Amino acid sequence: MLLVAFTLIPIFFTFLTSFKFFRDITSGSLRFTPTLVNYQRLFDPAQSNFLRLTSNSLIIAAGTMAIVLVIASLAAYSLSRLPWRPLWSGLLLGTILFIHMLPPVIFLGPFYLIARSLNIYDTVLAVMMGHIVLNLPTATWILLDFFADIPKELEEAAMVDGANRFQSLTQVLIPIIQPGIAAAGALAFIFSWRDFLFALSLTSTPSGMTIPVGISSFVQEYSIRYGEMAAGAFFAMVPALLMVAFAQRYIIKGLTLGALKG
Amino acid sequence: MQSSLDSSLPPKPPSLVSRFGNFVDRTFQYWTIAPLVIVLLMLVAYPTFQLLRMSVSEVDIVKGQAVWEFVGLKHLETALQDPVVPTALKNTLIFVIAVVIIETFLALVISILVSRSKHLVGLYRTVLLIPLLVPPIAIGTMWRLMYDYNYGFINQVLKLIGFVSVPTWTADPQLAMPSVVLVDLWHWTSFMFLIILAGLESMPQEVNEAARVDGASEFQVLRYITLPLLRPTLITAIMLRTIFAFKVFDEIFLLTSGGPGTATEVISLYIYKVFSGQFRLGYASFLALGLSFIISIFVIFYRRFGRHAA
Repeated sequence: MLLVAFTLIPIFFTFLTSFKFFRDITSGSLRFTPTLVNYQRLFDPAQSNFLRLTSNSLIIAAGTMAIVLVIASLAAYSLSRLPWRPLWSGLLLGTILFIHMLPPVIFLGPFYLIARSLNIYDTVLAVMMGHIVLNLPTATWILLDFFADIPKELEEAAMVDGANRFQSLTQVLIPIIQPGIAAAGALAFIFSWRDFLFALSLTSTPSGMTIPVGISSFVQEYSIRYGEMAAGAFFAMVPALLMVAFAQRYIIKGLTLGALKG
Repeated sequence: MQSSLDSSLPPKPPSLVSRFGNFVDRTFQYWTIAPLVIVLLMLVAYPTFQLLRMSVSEVDIVKGQAVWEFVGLKHLETALQDPVVPTALKNTLIFVIAVVIIETFLALVISILVSRSKHLVGLYRTVLLIPLLVPPIAIGTMWRLMYDYNYGFINQVLKLIGFVSVPTWTADPQLAMPSVVLVDLWHWTSFMFLIILAGLESMPQEVNEAARVDGASEFQVLRYITLPLLRPTLITAIMLRTIFAFKVFDEIFLLTSGGPGTATEVISLYIYKVFSGQFRLGYASFLALGLSFIISIFVIFYRRFGRHAA
């Protein structure tokens, strides 16, 4: 029980603070008049660029999710169902697992140069580039398990009926692993949404920035505007809270990648 | 397929479309892996090559273009003389060791207690998933509010139970590191909990039952059956957590930015500062290379001893 309380108290405290007037935050009393003023200020384009950052975050997360899902499901299909020699599949899977373990700070310099040379520095594309690398390993590993669970006969049956491999993949296999695609996609979305480091170092203005970068600069500039800080932090947590509510098992699998099998 | 009925008819020449279809089918394994390989080449292999090149060069951006100058091992000399490097390494080690030990212990105790009740398992699984999914920046912001000297939750509670002078937490050189560690416990104990719980749940229950029937006390069951069976899971979890702990960045960036002084300066944060604040791309890349070297050693150990556990 203690750990549950320890986990929930900061979230609850932040949640409450986000609905308080400044005077109620500083009075320290338990009673307060709830207000939406912090959220209104946060999303008022005249006072803050949070609206812009939210749309950036959504574009980047959705784009990352789409690209990662296409690449990862093709690769997972290939590696789990087609006759690769163990040397090659092992090499590829080992590489992406290794990438997953490296601190992302290592990629900053090269990614900065790539973004500069492609002229995409400070755009959503640059951040998306970083997030694709961040998310490919998890998505591929999750989908690999799903593909491996489908009996071989199913695909063979489709091909006897005259489907080619591409058709059997898109019309037979993909529909079956939909839950896996949903889980991998949701995780890619969340991990793109919550990333700070890439968004921080590959952007410099609100035209490419994401919500975490906005919150961080807000916190450091106005360390006293508690209400809006809390509102921003709570808003940023909403996708995660929604995820916890709906899909657990595969998220756990993705998060503990490399430690759990089956 | 060759039935007598078919052979009586003259064979139809395959159309161009179906020949192309056959070609795609036979080479499908290459088509499907190609996107991944291309992305890995562009966004991992090429950046790795750039990283190696940058770590022996000075790189400047002039009018949006990178200007390279080869400097050999100059960055190694700089690193050896840089007083922040040993401090950052020391802080990172203290941080990693502290969080791994405390989180393992907490997670072990809680998962053993919780695994007895199906009800609790569901609740803990749900609640403890939250910290792993919310943005670390939001975690940092939350804990800034919690630690706030005047209006933070912690100090308000301390005042309520009678403390006259309350600590400044992240601004206190002595308390800054423990404060940061506490936030990490909030964030990552769940990770260890989920792995250890999965290990406990995959354990055969009959052995425990048999021991109890033979008159073993709960403590004996734990000490001589559960823990030894859990050992491989624990080793895997600890190694993985150690590797991930080196990634720590966001929360410290927001809570202390490495301060006060260099009290919480960790290696990822310092690399970022050299890269972004001082804009020394070459030197930052050299340090990043050093860090990836350290992590590689851990990963090799992990693959050697950790993986067959799970």
